[in-house]
Amino acid sequence: MSSRDRTEEGSAGRERNTLPLEYETVIGLEVHVELATKSKIFCGCSTAFGGAVNAHTCPVCMGMPGTLPVLNRQVVEYAIAVGLATGCEITRHGKFDRKNYFYPDNPQNYQISQLYLPICRNGSVEIETESGGRKVIGIHEIHMEEDAGKLIHDERDDVSLVDYNRAGVPLIEIVSKPDMRDAEEVIAYLEKLRMYISYLGASDCKLQEGSMRADVNLSVRPVGEAYYGTRTEMKNLNSYTAIRHAIAHERERQIALLEAGEDIVQETRRFDDREGTSYAMRSKEDARDYRYFPDPDLPPVEISQEWIDAVRAKQPEFRPEKMARYKAEYDIPEYDIDIITQSRHMAELFEETVKICGQPKKVSNWLMGETLRLLKEHDADPEDICFSPAHLAALIGLVDDKIINTNVAKEVFEEMFAQDIDPVRYVEEKGLKQENDAGAIRGICEQVLADNPQSVADFKAGKDRALGFLVGQTMKAAKGKANPGVINEILKELLQ
Amino acid sequence: MGLSELTAAELGREIAAGDVKVREALDEVFARIDAVEEQYHCYITTDKEKAYEEAARIQAGIDAGELTGPLVGVPVAIKDNLCTAGIKTTCASRILYNFVPFYSATAVERLQAAGAVIIGKTNMDEFAMGSTTETSAFGVTKNPWDISHVPGGSSGGSAAAVAAKECWCALGTDTGGSIRQPAAHCGVTGIKPTYGTVSRYGLVAYASSMDQAGPLAKDVTDAATILEVISGHDVKDSTSLKRKDTRFTEALKEDVKGIKIGIPREYFGEGLDPEVSAAVKRAAKELKSAGAVVEVFRLGYTEYAIPAYYTIADAEASSNLERFDGIKYGYRTAEYADLHDLYKKTRSEGFGTEVKRRIMLGSFVLSSGYYDAYYLKALKVRALIKKAFDDAFAKYDVILGPVAPTTAPKLGESLKDPLKMYLSDIYTVPANLAGLPAISLPCGKDRIGLPIGLQLTADCFREDILLRTAFTYEKIRGIFL
Ligand SMILES: [Zn+2]
Repeated sequence: MSSRDRTEEGSAGRERNTLPLEYETVIGLEVHVELATKSKIFCGCSTAFGGAVNAHTCPVCMGMPGTLPVLNRQVVEYAIAVGLATGCEITRHGKFDRKNYFYPDNPQNYQISQLYLPICRNGSVEIETESGGRKVIGIHEIHMEEDAGKLIHDERDDVSLVDYNRAGVPLIEIVSKPDMRDAEEVIAYLEKLRMYISYLGASDCKLQEGSMRADVNLSVRPVGEAYYGTRTEMKNLNSYTAIRHAIAHERERQIALLEAGEDIVQETRRFDDREGTSYAMRSKEDARDYRYFPDPDLPPVEISQEWIDAVRAKQPEFRPEKMARYKAEYDIPEYDIDIITQSRHMAELFEETVKICGQPKKVSNWLMGETLRLLKEHDADPEDICFSPAHLAALIGLVDDKIINTNVAKEVFEEMFAQDIDPVRYVEEKGLKQENDAGAIRGICEQVLADNPQSVADFKAGKDRALGFLVGQTMKAAKGKANPGVINEILKELLQ
Repeated sequence: MGLSELTAAELGREIAAGDVKVREALDEVFARIDAVEEQYHCYITTDKEKAYEEAARIQAGIDAGELTGPLVGVPVAIKDNLCTAGIKTTCASRILYNFVPFYSATAVERLQAAGAVIIGKTNMDEFAMGSTTETSAFGVTKNPWDISHVPGGSSGGSAAAVAAKECWCALGTDTGGSIRQPAAHCGVTGIKPTYGTVSRYGLVAYASSMDQAGPLAKDVTDAATILEVISGHDVKDSTSLKRKDTRFTEALKEDVKGIKIGIPREYFGEGLDPEVSAAVKRAAKELKSAGAVVEVFRLGYTEYAIPAYYTIADAEASSNLERFDGIKYGYRTAEYADLHDLYKKTRSEGFGTEVKRRIMLGSFVLSSGYYDAYYLKALKVRALIKKAFDDAFAKYDVILGPVAPTTAPKLGESLKDPLKMYLSDIYTVPANLAGLPAISLPCGKDRIGLPIGLQLTADCFREDILLRTAFTYEKIRGIFL
């Protein structure tokens, strides 16, 4: 939500030009991120998704009379961590303020937020622009606040009901400076935030699921001007596509108004991505006066230098540094590095496994191939990977030592992916060890050749594909456990 | 002598000794309530059934030797803005006319854990906003000393119930004098402790930065006993203090030798009734005779306390009372066109005039464009007042003065002129603004027999010196009630 102290309004009077003007888009973002704490910001209720309606509530988060908020320190800790990652100054003596407005999803009819002394100020992140250049996007502030509940409209009975399960879930709001100029910069900025925050484990930052929500403040001005035009705020953008469309649409809408000599109204607009249109939710004229004041129920948030130092010491290695180090340390393609480091969990899994088995390329292959395939198949995230580095290393060892072949390894890996089984024991128990004995394999090969005279004839007629078929038949007859290299050699020899 | 004549501590001793059964204490108090309640109307709710159930449980605990302590089995009354699980908690407002919480205030839980038995919920000014108990949505409480007078407020029901012997002791709350002023008007003893000493969890907030619960009792010993039980850190209230010095009964010593008492010159200026002035000065003289050093001094900033108090209290109240909207609990208007209409009608019909006045004043001082000029300025004044007290307590142990400018006003007199009513809080609000502990105890009567209160204020955390001074004075004065 926009802060009272932000003023970037009012276009200065300017002369209308007969030549067509070129316009520049000016964008600032307000990003809400739901923090991954186990309990809510001011009570002990769970933040888990998917409980029955009002299952995760108590007198405090239902706004019952006489109840009081007690701050969850983990929220402060996450906010400090995000602030440090984005180069912010940490406010050592902060406060919570009440933002007063009536709405049924807001149980107290005030939201506990921070206006006057937000926890982080004056940070920035660096993004890569489309042209490959670098650009610094300023962060005005980061503050902590509580989420609201949800209204459920029952069309049949024509009533509205309230679910307070999300009421009191901790949020941080990251307010950027109006430093972005197009949708690509906006998305690069959001990606950068997402990387920091997910690497910190502070949130999973999913736009679709609402754990990351972006409000876009946009204005336009003729290229070369330094003033800020009247801005509008767009809410309800839950995908990068929606953000792209909304920015393009709003830019055109504002330019059309200006070209027609009309004024832009400072207002909040809801963008409907399906319709490709936006409509005004409320304008500045009926803007509410939130009557912010320091919450007398909460003492000041005192943050010691020791606390800041302790959080700093726990900061992980973030993605850009990680990528640079991987390039120097591991002989794997840049493409692999790019994918693996997208998730801190995946990257750590990679590093731990390499530490054990010493084979970066093989580890990377398992992650880039089977792991990504299975994640996609299960519609899961890298964060959900459950198998341990030790087990992945052991699996690689089993293949290296020719104890199992690659096909069996994939089968074993599926089990590992599902429930982190010990591959060594699994192979033992299921009798999956590879047949490496050339004599035994030769017997099977001879039988296969005898059973498939047509394929033998084809091969001899120069159809190389027939060999593949015969290898497959032999593997099948060996129940998949024969060493494929040995099969190949013996078949070729017998067919000479 | 009937059980009603005993103090809470005396009754507790009789119950502990087995001479009185808890049930007998209840029989006595409910008989008394049946006899006089119609006349005084101290209670909004009484719950005989629950009280007797609880009494049986407690008696069993006493008989088994498991329950000991000064308040075991003692019936208590609770101001109706303190939540009591399973018992209606209305704040004397139509908007909560049917609200039954499923949780109890920490202060109430602590009293119950100490074996006290809740007999009912006492009348008060609506949401504790008022100085006469006349803003209650459920009728006026009368002063037991003269029923044509108010009992004071906002804890008027609790003070009157103790005075009328409709209970042995009660809990009240004090935001700007709401324990001390009705105590003075009803001839009982009331303490507002240092801010943060008693948990505010379950106290329906009026002005969060000043609200404190405390006892209304027959004497200083009872008051100290109850305060000791309800005090202590509570994880559910972030503003509650971690104090180790809450064994207040240990401070009850008859000795004021060398205690330095300061009397603010400003407290004896225009507007103070001569009879009240004389009684308070007499009390000071008596303490001096007992060995205290008494001096008159200039406190400073006293004329700014009332405007600062009402600005801050109303600002906080305007926000605290937003949750009463007809959506989740309490009163909801019968018919409404849409959400806005639901809010508007529910709150218009649910709140009384004085509450609405304070919500409007509070909303105004917080609104954009006025915040700095009113709310922020009031906070600055508050800091100056605190500083003036710091300077005073560098020289004095106790500050002595009146509780209210007059004895209890006549019924119907005060609400005609709210500003005058606000000004009558002049001696009590400074302790709330500065977070200081203060006690009110009777020091005489006026010519028509209405009690006069003496107020003693100490520095933060110095309830010990406050209680010692009050206890000593009480011995000199003799039994009042
Ligand atoms: Zn809760």
